[in-house]
Amino acid sequence: MIALLKRNEAVWLFVHSPAAIIAAVVAIAIILGAAFAPWVALVDPYDLSSFSLFDGLLPPVWEDGANPKYLLGTDDQGRDMISSILYGARLSLFIGLAAMTIATVLGVSLGLAAGYYGGRFDAIVMRIADVQLALPAILTALLIDGIARGLLPADIQQELRVWVLTLAIALSLWVNFARTARASTLVQMNKDYVQAAIMMGQRPIRIMFVHIFPNILGPLLVIMTVDLASAILLEATLSFLGIGLPADSPSLGTLIRIGMQFLLSGEWWILWIPTLFLVALVVSINVLGDFLRDVFNPRLR
Amino acid sequence: MAYFILKRLIQSVFVMLAVAFLAFSLFRFVGDPITQMTGVETSVADQERLREELGLNDPFITQFVRFTGDMLQGDFGFSYRTRQPVAEMIADRIPATLELGIVALLISLIVGVPAGVYTALRPRGVVSQTILMTTLIGVSVPTFVIGIMLIFLFGVQLGWLPTFGRGGTVQIGGWESSFFTVDGWRALILPAITLGVYQLTLTMRLVRAEMMEVMRSDYIRFATARGVPMRRLYFKHALANTMIPVITIIGLQFGGVIAFSIVTESVFQWPGMGLLFLESIRFVDIPVMGVYLVVIAFFFVLVNLIVDMLYVAIDPRLRVKDAA
Repeated sequence: MIALLKRNEAVWLFVHSPAAIIAAVVAIAIILGAAFAPWVALVDPYDLSSFSLFDGLLPPVWEDGANPKYLLGTDDQGRDMISSILYGARLSLFIGLAAMTIATVLGVSLGLAAGYYGGRFDAIVMRIADVQLALPAILTALLIDGIARGLLPADIQQELRVWVLTLAIALSLWVNFARTARASTLVQMNKDYVQAAIMMGQRPIRIMFVHIFPNILGPLLVIMTVDLASAILLEATLSFLGIGLPADSPSLGTLIRIGMQFLLSGEWWILWIPTLFLVALVVSINVLGDFLRDVFNPRLR
Repeated sequence: MAYFILKRLIQSVFVMLAVAFLAFSLFRFVGDPITQMTGVETSVADQERLREELGLNDPFITQFVRFTGDMLQGDFGFSYRTRQPVAEMIADRIPATLELGIVALLISLIVGVPAGVYTALRPRGVVSQTILMTTLIGVSVPTFVIGIMLIFLFGVQLGWLPTFGRGGTVQIGGWESSFFTVDGWRALILPAITLGVYQLTLTMRLVRAEMMEVMRSDYIRFATARGVPMRRLYFKHALANTMIPVITIIGLQFGGVIAFSIVTESVFQWPGMGLLFLESIRFVDIPVMGVYLVVIAFFFVLVNLIVDMLYVAIDPRLRVKDAA
C-alpha cells in the first residue's frame, strides 16, 4: 500500500521535473541505441570488411564535403561514427551495469550481514570499508587491474579483458552499498517485525533477504544509479588511460583516446562526438539519481 | 595533547605496516620474481641458486621483516622493466607530482572557499545559481575530458599555453622545480586547473553547506540581534567555525589529488609519479607498483597527521577536552 502511494507520488514528481524528463529521454535513447546496435548501426566496427578506407575522415553532414550516408562523419579507417559510438556505448553500458550489479550484490550482502550479526564480523567488514574509502576508486581499480595482469597467463589476458575490468570496477565501488545497507539494516533491526521474525525462529538468511531487504531498497536504488554513472566514468577513464579495453573493441573511453590523436588536426568530430555522448550519458544518469534521491528523501524537497 | 599525537603516530605506523604488507604480497605472489629477473637462457639450477641467495625460500615472516627493513633504509629494490633502482625512479618523479598537486589544491581552496561562502550567503542570487549549475556539470564531466577541453581551447585554438611536459625546470638541491621559470608556470597552469576543478567543486559544496549550517545557529542569531556588523559577523564569527571541516577535506582531498593526478599526468604527459605508475601497470612492473603505493600512503598518512595537529591548534574546544 505504502509502496503504491509512493509510486504515484514519484510519477507526479517526475512529470513536474523537466530536468528529469530530459535526462530520462537522453538516457533511454542512448541505452536503446546501444542495446540494439547490431540492428541500428550502419556498419559493424569490429568487421573490417563492412567499411572502406575510401570513406575515411568524412565530416558530419552539416560540414562541407560530407557524405549524407554518414550523419556524424567517419574516422580515419572509414568507420561510421554513429556505429562506433553505438557499439562503444554498448560495451561501456555493459561493463557499467555488470560492475554495478556485482558491487550491489557483494556490498548489500556484506552490509546486511554486518548490520544483522554485528560484533566482530561487522567490525572487520567496516574496517575494510574504511580503508578502501580512503583510497580513491580509480586507484583501487588500477591496482586490481595491475594484479590481474600479473596473475593471469598472457594467452587468456585479452579474452578476459572485459571481465577483469568489470571486476576491478565492481571491487572499487562495493563500499557505498555495504555502508548504506548496514546503516539501514541497523535501523530496521529495532523494528517489531524483525524482532518478531527472530523470535519465530526464522533462518537469518530469510530474515535478511525476505524481510529486511525490501525495506532498505529505497536508499539503495539511489546509490545504484549514482554508482552506475561512476562505473561508466571509471571504465571510460581506465580505457582512456590505455589500461582498459584495447582499440579493436573500443568503448567510449577508448574512442576518446583514439580521437585525441586528431586533436591537433582538423578532424574534430572523431574526438568530440564520442566525448559528447559519454558526458550526455553520465550527466543524464546523475540527474536521474538526484531525482530519485528527492523521491526517497522527502525532507530534501 | 602529547598523548593524542602519540596515539595518532602509533596508528600511522600500523597503517604504513599494512601498506608495506600489501606491497610485499604483490611482489611475492603476483608473478614469480625469479622468472622476472632472469632470462630464458638461465638454467633451473642457476634460478634455484638465485632464489636461495635472495632469501626467497625463507619463511614468509622473515622475508617480510627483511623487506620492511630494507625499505626503512631506503632500499626499494629494482624495477623489472628498466633494471634501475626503484627508489631513484620514484624520487625523480616526486617533485613533478607534488608541485602539480599543491598548485591544484591551492586553486581549489582560493576559488572554492570564497565561492562557497558567497553561495551560502546569497543562495537565491543569480550568480549563486550560475555557480551551482556550473559545479554540477563539473562533477559529471570526467577529469580527462576537462583536460582535453583545456588543451583544445588554450593550447590548440588560442595557442597561449603549452599542452604537454613541464617546460623549464630548475634544479634546487636535487629537487627539480618548475616554480622558478615563467616557462615552468606556463606549463603548470593547464594541468593544475584540470586537477583542481573536481576538488574545487567539493570544497565549494562543503564550505557552502557548513556555512549555511553555521548561519542558522543560535550564536550567529544572537550576534545579529546584538548588532554586530554583517561583515564582521560573516568573516569572523561564521567563517572561523567553518574552517574545521575545510581542513578535514584538505586532508581527504590530498588522496584524491594524488589519484587523479594519474589521469591528469597522462593527458598532459606530465612526468610525475602517476605516469610512472601507469607505465608500471602496463608492463606489470610489480616493484614499482608496490613502492608507488607505499610512497602515496606515506604522504597520505603524513598529511592527515598534520591535519590532526592543526585541529588542536585551531579549535580551542579540542584542547579543553584533551586537558579534562
